Amino acid sequence: MSVSDALAGVPPAVQTQSLRKIYRSNVAVDDLSISVAQGEVFGFLGPNGAGKTTSVKMLTGLVKPSGGSGTLLGRSIGDKSSRKQVGFLPELFRFHDWLNAVELLDMHGKLYGMASAERARRIPEVLELVGLIDRREDRLRTYSKGMQQRAGLAQALLHDPLLVFLDEPTSALDPIGRRQVRDIILALKSQGKTVFLNSHLLSEVEMVCDRVAVMNHGKVVAVGPVGELLRGQLVVEFRVGNWNKAIEEEVSAFGTVESVTTGDSGASLILTSLDGENCVPPIVNCLVQHCVAVYGVTTERKTLEDLFIDLVDVGDRARYGR
Amino acid sequence: MNAFLITRLTLQEAFRRKMIVAVLFLSAVFLLLYGFGFQLLIDDFSTFDRQRGGIPGRILPYEVQASAMVMLGLYTVNFLAGIMTIFAAVGSISAEVESGTLHAILSKPLARWEVVAGKYVGFLIMIAIYVSLMVGGVVLISTTIGDYTPPNIIQGTALIVLVATILLSLTILGSTVFATMANGIVVFMLYGMALTGGLVEQIGTALDNDTMVRIGVGTSILLPSDAMWKLASYVVQPAIAVNLVGPNPFGTSNPPSSFAVQYAIGYCVMLLVAAMLVFRRRDI
Repeated sequence: MSVSDALAGVPPAVQTQSLRKIYRSNVAVDDLSISVAQGEVFGFLGPNGAGKTTSVKMLTGLVKPSGGSGTLLGRSIGDKSSRKQVGFLPELFRFHDWLNAVELLDMHGKLYGMASAERARRIPEVLELVGLIDRREDRLRTYSKGMQQRAGLAQALLHDPLLVFLDEPTSALDPIGRRQVRDIILALKSQGKTVFLNSHLLSEVEMVCDRVAVMNHGKVVAVGPVGELLRGQLVVEFRVGNWNKAIEEEVSAFGTVESVTTGDSGASLILTSLDGENCVPPIVNCLVQHCVAVYGVTTERKTLEDLFIDLVDVGDRARYGR
Repeated sequence: MNAFLITRLTLQEAFRRKMIVAVLFLSAVFLLLYGFGFQLLIDDFSTFDRQRGGIPGRILPYEVQASAMVMLGLYTVNFLAGIMTIFAAVGSISAEVESGTLHAILSKPLARWEVVAGKYVGFLIMIAIYVSLMVGGVVLISTTIGDYTPPNIIQGTALIVLVATILLSLTILGSTVFATMANGIVVFMLYGMALTGGLVEQIGTALDNDTMVRIGVGTSILLPSDAMWKLASYVVQPAIAVNLVGPNPFGTSNPPSSFAVQYAIGYCVMLLVAAMLVFRRRDI
């Protein structure tokens, strides 16, 4: 997709080169180099403090990068015109709570530079979309946290932007609200809009995102389509009668041995394979040749959560020498 | 254009949060008490006249006493406007950064300076209207009840507006640099210092002590609010009152020069520009 876009002269929705942010001695974002094509739903994952929000703040002009560069829809970040076609629901969503929803959106519409006829048309539309139409005349002060987040979403989508940044958009929502937001994201996708979704709700990300990037300690540690990142990532458990170190070496040719636990009644071997179920027959073969009794084989596909924990955990182990 | 939107928002907020209503109510109470006080002064004078059998024998002429009454009123207006400005603007930037209200605003296609300028103009409008109304009230009472109209009242009003504008500039700059609480403390300390510095200068003038005068001049350079009040109080008093009373906390016989006014205006502009520059670089 990005190749054909590049050929057609469509700038990427988001592109960054070595974007960095250092607060005094604390490196919040070490090196952010990503490219998100227009029309993509891009998931941005990472544990707390990984630098996700700081990254989004740099992209939306709230935080000045310490180094590197980036563009939104072809315009340099920090340049106010880069934000014209961009909507943003901040993680910390707070609004002038003495306004009602219509007044709030009218004010934000003016800030986007929308004409009054356009505002009059779009405000009821987005209020309907986020389910606040019945409360439109009430001041935001009387809203629950979830309703305020909905108002925030309405504000982000008001000017029908090409690119929307959503920073933990469902943090205050109930399960119904979460599903509505998921549907809104999918609807945006079908309209060809780009969504940059910061989240640590992995199941949500798995359901809506075309591609994900995982960030840890200010660096992107993995990026790619969800399916590709997970493809072939299979966890296989063998329950066997006897075990010795020599077999482990041979078996590790077929996959990564995660753990071996030996007990009185035999051993259990867990390994992950990048080759999917294809790894199972040769391993069983190998075990049989070594006269190991195989009692059972169970396979389990990895979820995004497993991948996430692996990436974050491996990174931390390498970092802290654990 | 966006700056005006922020100005409107600032004014709207003051109304919606009932700040304006509360201030106007309390100010009306003050004016009522002030009118009552003025009436008492008049009654006192009439009684005094009757007792003396119509022979004028007052220690101070009526004009001086009425002028002192006006000075008390204007001093209160000046003080209230200053305090109100500091309280209203102390968190104008910082509190909205802290709460996150500015996250969804500053990520819109508008420049940072527009937010600072918009709020500044909003507060300036409120100050100008408030000071004009209050000075108008004081002068109206003095004219109708006391039959005394102070001189140069428009000039005086402009100078009191300038006093509050100086404090506004300082408070807004502080609000782009410090957290709300820290800003409040810093601004009040400087405000208190300027008041005390002004007093030290007055005493220094009376005692002919150069060091004390220099301390006063120094604090006026740091924060020219008190110096502008001195000038305001000087211009709205008749010459006879200035010469009779001499230096006192409410006025002076030795006013700051017109250069001081230019300095004060330049000071406001400089602080506003500084606030815009600081805010442009600030991470939200």
